[in-house]
Amino acid sequence: MTFFLIVTLNGLTLAALYFLAASGFTLIFGLMRTVNMAHGALLLLGGYVGFEVAKTTGFWPLGILGGGLAAAFAGALIQFGILGRFQGDELRQTLASIALSIIMADLMLWYWGGITYQVALPDALAGGFKLPLLGVGYASIRLVLIIFAVVVGITLWLVIAKTRLGAIIRAGVDDREMLRALGFDVAKIFIIVFALGGLLAGMAGVVAASALSIAPGTDLQFLLSSLVVVIVGGMGSVGGAALGALLIGLAEQYGLAYAPTYGVVFTFAIMVFVLAVRPQGLLGRSET
Amino acid sequence: MFTNLKTITMTSALALGAFAAPASAEDIKIGVISILEGAFAALGQDGIRGVELAVAEAGGEVAGNEIEVIVMSSDASPDSAVNAARKLIEQDGVDIIVGPLSGSEGLALRDLSKSFPAVTFLNGSSAAQDTTLRDASDNFFRFGGDGAQWMVGVGSFAHDDLGYEKVAVVAEDYSFPYTQVLGFMTEFCAAGGTVPEKFWTPIGAKDYSSIVYSIPSDVDAVFVALGGADAVNFLTQYNQAGGDKPIIGGSITIDQSILDSEGPFKQQLIGAPAGTPTVSDYDGAEWKEFTASYTGQFPDGFSAPSIFAHHYYMSAHAAILALEEVNGDLSGDQAAFRAALTDLEFVTPTGGTMRLDENRNGIVDNFVTEVFEREDGTLGNRVVKVVRDVDQSLGQDPAAFLAQGPVSRDNPSCP
Repeated sequence: MTFFLIVTLNGLTLAALYFLAASGFTLIFGLMRTVNMAHGALLLLGGYVGFEVAKTTGFWPLGILGGGLAAAFAGALIQFGILGRFQGDELRQTLASIALSIIMADLMLWYWGGITYQVALPDALAGGFKLPLLGVGYASIRLVLIIFAVVVGITLWLVIAKTRLGAIIRAGVDDREMLRALGFDVAKIFIIVFALGGLLAGMAGVVAASALSIAPGTDLQFLLSSLVVVIVGGMGSVGGAALGALLIGLAEQYGLAYAPTYGVVFTFAIMVFVLAVRPQGLLGRSET
Repeated sequence: MFTNLKTITMTSALALGAFAAPASAEDIKIGVISILEGAFAALGQDGIRGVELAVAEAGGEVAGNEIEVIVMSSDASPDSAVNAARKLIEQDGVDIIVGPLSGSEGLALRDLSKSFPAVTFLNGSSAAQDTTLRDASDNFFRFGGDGAQWMVGVGSFAHDDLGYEKVAVVAEDYSFPYTQVLGFMTEFCAAGGTVPEKFWTPIGAKDYSSIVYSIPSDVDAVFVALGGADAVNFLTQYNQAGGDKPIIGGSITIDQSILDSEGPFKQQLIGAPAGTPTVSDYDGAEWKEFTASYTGQFPDGFSAPSIFAHHYYMSAHAAILALEEVNGDLSGDQAAFRAALTDLEFVTPTGGTMRLDENRNGIVDNFVTEVFEREDGTLGNRVVKVVRDVDQSLGQDPAAFLAQGPVSRDNPSCP
């Protein structure tokens, strides 16, 4: 029983990480219908920059902020300089973002090398502590991860539900043409949303580099997990990303614990099932 | 007009030169396959340095024939290694292939080598057992050991010297770790130890937390055969979860890059034994000489040759020695060259004598190391024991060893 609870807790923490990574991805898709395949590269970039900032300043939260801002800037630059030129041509945008992801991955390999990086945690979070009731040790950082994801999720929900920017984004998801006709500078809004997506990806990268580690290849892992999460949860829905992340995170951990050899099958079985039964994703709206 | 004419003349001269080149020079083309992308890129690059070092030591030529080295990258997957080899053979026309780096790639190239009997394959650093032990290929040579040979000495050291009776295994789920686990368990189980549980994890897994909690609490130690980032992730998470069992390392688990990385898990590694064919700061005379040659040639390289530079070097060095013996003669489907390779004996950088068994697999030296804390607080590996002349049957009767069946998740087993 203890083991089951621990594995559930592991699944929740992994889900928190997946949610952080996928939320920016789904946000961008929801508004612009752009499948941003460079999302993983933005995440890895954020992780590396966060590592450098945390190492230089010795202050971990600053690393998260720095990594997030760097990826936000890179995201805005990508939308402003490249993807914005092909607005409305989704296939070309997707292909361009694949090219970007490869170029960024190689540049990062060139600069940071092929070794593994781990962001040093503040002493308060570095170790583990005894869980009450269960009586086993658990890593502090993983619990912080859950709190962080919940805070980010609520903030994101507040931004989208309560602010003017959120209202514009929601309007844009429903009808971009109308938004444009009403006189909003859609190009500028797209850049802001891309920066927001980059910010979320970059922060997820630093968190991933703190709780786990980052190395070349991490970009593709998180791109794949983000894709699976939003396909299951529903493209463009932040709530869907949370639900998808929860399902995939738990499935992965139960798989690893109870059927290590075939663990990965569960993840994709869920995806196949969702695609067969509800192709728009669990909380997604079907295109009409 | 005049310039035009000049250009045309030059172009045709160049064209003539291009036509003439293959006819005039008896270049020997060596194709090298290593992993130059992803997580292994830095290590794969060191493998290439090993080949370049061997070629440079020979002055870039054998008996008047220039050696041309052509490099291709794979990505640790068998099909990428096969594609790289096909490109080298079919488009570049190489005579010899040195590589690949990773276990399952080696199995794939062994199979491929059967379709190209005119090309000689020399293994890089891939160390799956069955690359040479079962279903061997006549033109595939491994001047090095397999993953089981690389663990020789560790099992008995863990049982007899450290007193471990029960050990759990955590390893990646592919051919090389299977072979490493076999090497460890063969000795450990024979000495009376037991391995109640083995955990096979997908390669590149990030989150080991559920495995960490599955490790039985009554084991004396954990044998960890994970590489690079996987090892860092597992060790960190094990430490964070309050895991306090001693660690036993595989050949690529506790390398210098892991000892140099940051994190509280490192303290737990002090005293941890591991098996490896390559120890960076081994103080043998031949190794010192090899290290000096390496650092002289590659000021930008590592501070000492890695396991990959070491093994790619031995293969390329063997090829050059055999080529010298036959004066660069590769005619008759390289028959003379292969005969020379088969009978080759040379002193390795670790001071032993390299020679091949009947399956063309190396008989090698192996080290048992342990992690120690240097005076300045950094960690290093030091040699506890050197085992010379380790063959692929690990000293057992070859027929009996073969009869134990191919390695897999469940073989060997001693719960």
